[in-house]
Amino acid sequence: MSTTEANLETGLPGHYGPYGGRFVPEALTSALDQLDAAFRAGIADPEFTTRLVDLERDYTGRPSPLTRAHRFGEHCGGARIYFKREDLNHTGSHKINNVLGQALLAQRMGKTRIIAETGAGQHGVATATAAALLGLQCTVYMGAEDTRRQALNVARMKILGAEVVSVATGSMTLKDAINEAMRDWVACVDDTHYVLGTVTGPAPFPEMVRHFHSVIGRESREQILAVEGRLPDAVAACVGGGSNAMGLFSGFIADPEVQLRGYEAGGDGVETGRHAARFAAGRPGVLHGARTYVMQDQWGQTVPSHSISAGLDYPGVGPEHAWLHDTGRAIYESVNDSEAMDAFALCSRSEGIIPAIETAHGLAGVIRLGKELGPDSVIILNLSGRGDKDVATAARWFGIELEHSEFGASIELSEGR
Amino acid sequence: MSPTGVGRIGSVFAEAKSENRALLIGYLPAGFPTLGESVALVEAMCDGGVDLIEVGLPYSDPLMDGPVIQQAVDQALSNGATPQSVLTVVKAVSDHGVVPVVMSYWNPIEQFGIEAFAHELRQAGGAGVITPDLTIEEGQPWIAAAGSQELAPIFLVAPSSTNERISRIAQVTQGFVYAASTMGVTGARDRVSNMAPQLVARVRASTDLPIAVGLGVSNGAQAAEIAKYADGVIVGSAFVTAANTGGVAAVRQLARELAGGVRLAR
Ligand SMILES: Cc1ncc(COP(=O)(O)O)c(C=O)c1O
Repeated sequence: MSTTEANLETGLPGHYGPYGGRFVPEALTSALDQLDAAFRAGIADPEFTTRLVDLERDYTGRPSPLTRAHRFGEHCGGARIYFKREDLNHTGSHKINNVLGQALLAQRMGKTRIIAETGAGQHGVATATAAALLGLQCTVYMGAEDTRRQALNVARMKILGAEVVSVATGSMTLKDAINEAMRDWVACVDDTHYVLGTVTGPAPFPEMVRHFHSVIGRESREQILAVEGRLPDAVAACVGGGSNAMGLFSGFIADPEVQLRGYEAGGDGVETGRHAARFAAGRPGVLHGARTYVMQDQWGQTVPSHSISAGLDYPGVGPEHAWLHDTGRAIYESVNDSEAMDAFALCSRSEGIIPAIETAHGLAGVIRLGKELGPDSVIILNLSGRGDKDVATAARWFGIELEHSEFGASIELSEGR
Repeated sequence: MSPTGVGRIGSVFAEAKSENRALLIGYLPAGFPTLGESVALVEAMCDGGVDLIEVGLPYSDPLMDGPVIQQAVDQALSNGATPQSVLTVVKAVSDHGVVPVVMSYWNPIEQFGIEAFAHELRQAGGAGVITPDLTIEEGQPWIAAAGSQELAPIFLVAPSSTNERISRIAQVTQGFVYAASTMGVTGARDRVSNMAPQLVARVRASTDLPIAVGLGVSNGAQAAEIAKYADGVIVGSAFVTAANTGGVAAVRQLARELAGGVRLAR
């Protein structure tokens, strides 16, 4: 069921069945209303859309290729596997699609500063990049645990001129970075836009972020029809907040014959409690402004998530995914750390593509899925990002000796601004 | 027949008005630093002259709170605070003859079950609930549940709220309207925001409900300043800081100072 239909069902905008909505301090309501209006006016304004399409082509490098993964496919029951190459976008992941759209909206609203949360650092890097491009000030909130494991991206953001705030409260990961970014936004909403990095949060964020990523689904659909002459049997993606998945799914949601498959992080294994498997082990609740599946205890306290992948290490998920899950339109499974890292190695060695560890969860899922659907099946995986940022983690995992801790060291740069 | 939650809140505001002063409202999280100590702390607030107490329900992701309350809530949670602790503290306040309301982010109430929460809160002597992240658009089921127990659903207005929203918020709010003085999170500030008087004036234009101002108030002088134009003065972080630095005695002392402040103004 499409978003519009879901909205019709409840009669409330920003809802997907019982999910989504707006659970925010009253102080943010007017900013969300302003954003909603700017978003709708922007996407209806040819000047805005032309500017975005131009940037996507000339700056991001869109369209991203659809690459047939022959050798990797041999490990997927011989299925015809295609990678949608979001890793080849400028800044190395799909995140730039959403950021460019929102940064242009920030400009349109007359805001001079953008802020963001980041887990893996990819969204932070993309936001810092857009800020540099458009001459906006930029602050990125990142959990202290993540600044450690994604030190390379911290350095990139600083080089780009962003202020990086390491958040040492709570579980010190993405969830806490979002709390801090929200607090900043409430206090600075006059001149600041909060560039939320995934399809979570209060309305209109889930719908807007999906919209800016829908280019992934549109291109994929065109590309697969061109090479295969038919729709795929399934499209698949890793699911943190769920933006790369929503972007790809959006191109195929209206085609009931195309399966939608999402892979969330199983961490050490769902049975250990150390995971980020919201669908496997969470239940509906409210987190960060929306009703969705949340990892929580009996009293509604958020339970910290765990994953080797910083970008999937989040106890909530986008509300539209919650709805797709409940309606059965999409199927979600979890992939644990070791299965993901096996797929990471396999993709690197069979295709010459080092994926992000987030993406590796999707790759592991596709190995299962290909075997399930068989050799005649056509499957598109969103190759959401490249693995440069994960080299230190992967080296540690595979026991590769680094001569000196060039990657692991946190790089201190003067905050020039 | 015992008065309803809504009725009790109305009475304390009316009484303060008859004394030509503002009401003093104090906040502390239940279970901070431990359940036993938090009971002693709210009793000290009562003894020091606080008229209405907001008992906080500790939540893991308090995104409207600054560092002082965040830390207090973390401490309460690691010492085992649950909704049951909130009910215990509410009962202690009520038994002390002071009106308790609960301040809670939405998810813990939803997970408890909204009817069950309203029912148990009434049993414990609670009079209403402040819900800082529940918008009126999402609030209908809660407004109904609170109504069935005659508890006051208390919503916030902010300097950024339009007049149209303020009037819709005031229509579904009972007890008092919580006016957030500033755009920002909880925490003591050197000066109370200059946006507060105008916000209160805008709320007055759309409702006869009492209006209480919170966010950033920490001393008697600030309380006196707000008491000139608002019906209630809300103090939170400053009580947490007092508890951290001087325990029960400091909390009682701060309550006295603030109670003096709300009587100075008019
Ligand atoms: C490469 C990559 N893929 C996926 C994700 C997960 O986010 P989402 O589920 O919103 O696509 C991230 C987040 O940091 C990422 O960097």
